Amino acid sequence: MPNSQTIAVAMSGGVDSSTVAAMLCQQGYPVVGLTLQLWNQRRLAGHNGMPESSHGRCCSIDDVYDARRVAETLGIPYYVVSQEKRFEQDVVRPFVAEYLSGRTPIPCSLCNNHLKFDQLLITARQIGADLLATGHYARNEFDEARGRWILKRPADRSKDQTYFLFGLTQEQLSRTLFPLGEMRKPDVREEAKRAGLRLFEKPDSQEICFIPGGDYKQFLDAYLEEQGEEIPDTAGELVTTTGEVIGKHAGIHNFTVGQRKGLGVATGSPLYVIEIRGDKRQVVVGSGEHLLSRTLRATRVNWVAIADLREPMRIQAKIRHRHEPASATIENSGNDAVTVTFNDPQRAITPGQAVVFYDGDVVVGGGWIS
Amino acid sequence: MHRVYFDNNATTPLLPEVFEAMRPYFLEKFGNASSIHQQGQHARSAVEQAREHVAELLNCRPAEIVFTSGGTEGDNLALFGLAKPGDHIITSAIEHHAVLNSCHRLGEMGCTVTYLPVDGRGLVDPDDVKRALRPETKLISIMFANNETGVLQAVNEIGKIAAEADIYFHTDAVQAAGKVPIDVKEIACDLLTISAHKFHGPQGTGALFVRKGTLLQPLAYGGRHERSRRAGTENLASIVGLGKAAEIARAGFTDGSVAQLAALRDRLETAVLESIEQVAVNGDGAARTPNTANISFDYIEGEAMVIALDLKGLSVSTGAACSSGAIEPSHVLTAMGLSADRARGSIRFSLGKQNTAEDVEFALDLIPQVVNRLREISPVYKKAAVSPQPSALS
Repeated sequence: MPNSQTIAVAMSGGVDSSTVAAMLCQQGYPVVGLTLQLWNQRRLAGHNGMPESSHGRCCSIDDVYDARRVAETLGIPYYVVSQEKRFEQDVVRPFVAEYLSGRTPIPCSLCNNHLKFDQLLITARQIGADLLATGHYARNEFDEARGRWILKRPADRSKDQTYFLFGLTQEQLSRTLFPLGEMRKPDVREEAKRAGLRLFEKPDSQEICFIPGGDYKQFLDAYLEEQGEEIPDTAGELVTTTGEVIGKHAGIHNFTVGQRKGLGVATGSPLYVIEIRGDKRQVVVGSGEHLLSRTLRATRVNWVAIADLREPMRIQAKIRHRHEPASATIENSGNDAVTVTFNDPQRAITPGQAVVFYDGDVVVGGGWIS
Repeated sequence: MHRVYFDNNATTPLLPEVFEAMRPYFLEKFGNASSIHQQGQHARSAVEQAREHVAELLNCRPAEIVFTSGGTEGDNLALFGLAKPGDHIITSAIEHHAVLNSCHRLGEMGCTVTYLPVDGRGLVDPDDVKRALRPETKLISIMFANNETGVLQAVNEIGKIAAEADIYFHTDAVQAAGKVPIDVKEIACDLLTISAHKFHGPQGTGALFVRKGTLLQPLAYGGRHERSRRAGTENLASIVGLGKAAEIARAGFTDGSVAQLAALRDRLETAVLESIEQVAVNGDGAARTPNTANISFDYIEGEAMVIALDLKGLSVSTGAACSSGAIEPSHVLTAMGLSADRARGSIRFSLGKQNTAEDVEFALDLIPQVVNRLREISPVYKKAAVSPQPSALS
């Protein structure tokens, strides 16, 4: 029986989302390709420290070109939807503000939570598609027992992207398809090759889309210069965990928790950034063991598998993208915040990053480390 | 799927008779118009015949026609060909980017540029042109017909002002050619740009009218083609196509086809205004090209509407084709005083010779459906619908 429900596919120009479009076409769905244009990669070219021309990954002209070629190959309608203004306001601006206040933000989660899914689902509905498919490695399904849509880790654990998807609402999960959830990356490439997509060997992107080289500091300088804003003077003291001043630093945004290089002090044993005190412009340094901590507070929590947290719950918590979830207990502390207590101390818990709670494969929820 | 094309201001389909006229010049009649031998002579004769047709369309001498690669090159040749550092240029805020960005560049190169505003109908006030004149004013460049709204400027009056002040006058007539009669003597312009593919000729070719005695600095250096005003081997087949399209366009003013176009556009506009609430025609109240209807739909995102209509078989656009995908709302509509929201909710329907009454009815069936669906899922529309006093967005 032919499938008649139109599906919008979020196409980035990469192998994963291209393969999703190809697979849904093969299954007989009417497919419409959409690309969000979020950032003009040439915008900061030539500004403070930026090269005259920059080669971005996501949103670059090349990626839109690739996505368009895939759509042509598949014979599906394809459109680029510009959301540059909203991206700057909802993602870039908060990213810059977080960085300047000494935290280490992850813009991809911010983008997924506040822009990408929201906007793509709106656009999908506007063009008559109720469902949106993406190339994320994750699984979602309606769980009868819980009476909720749940988000689960994918079959290919090495590609797990659920850490970036904890902010999805029930409505968003109910209208989203993750066709790669059961697949492994090599199979996806094989599928792309079989579908005749020339980009089946295109390398994966690892970077933050609007900071192609990954140099945050350079981006910050160039962006603020373009905006005609000064980098606020956050120079201050380097102090030890006992409060002893051992040096000066040029600005707190140059540091991130767990950082070892570039501290500008020489001591016998290795020193790490333990904490950044934005209000006092202090960077606290100490030995590796000072980086270990057993608790954290997460704010702006979104629950996925449960409606609310009424009593303490044993979960596994993941505190950064490349972190193996560690056993912990979460406890409601009111105002969309929870306290996370780990069984074993964790290294370099970093404010600004997301913490995501798992019950095995199931994403319970997540929030932002404060 | 049945498809109707209402984006003729972006480009028009090539007329079959134009294609037939071009065909031999791709194959057996392949000569270089500069060559001495027979093939060269045939090519030269074809180019000159085309030049005559274009000259007839504009009411000028054939020698005053310079073939170009299209509207953008024509505008660039006119502006960069005349203006020098220190010169003052008068233009308007609603020009096509081919003029606007050329003026920005000339500004960087040491010219001063005055960008005149337009009123709510999209019209430049000729008195503003007069007031903007300075001793060092070299050139006035004001478009004939706007690409987004079709609004026609008072080029005759502006031409008179320029002539009295002894200043060069260029007009971008890319959207006027084939739609309204053009007479360069009446306009008293020194330079006028047209582009073949806007009136059913081939893409990638156009012409610049250069009044005799107007000395232009060329953009590219090479051979002495086009009387040393535009170097490069003539684009033979396309020039032949341009000539044929010009011949057909000229006939359109007397054979009823332009009148028919106006009737179709009027039917579309009237029926949309009658069947859908909270819509407005942009440029209403000004004289417009007979093929263009630019309509604002409150509570609609133009971009979404273009996609939704495309998926149902109707091709339209949000404004200039080059500004699609850009974030900024149309500079033309905002210059006319539209709010950013209303400008973003504006759709350009532009008809062509090939369109029929059935095409218009197809569109009229589709547009209300799409508008209603988009409004239903718009949170802003719902809010406005339940409020006791619905207010327009602007």
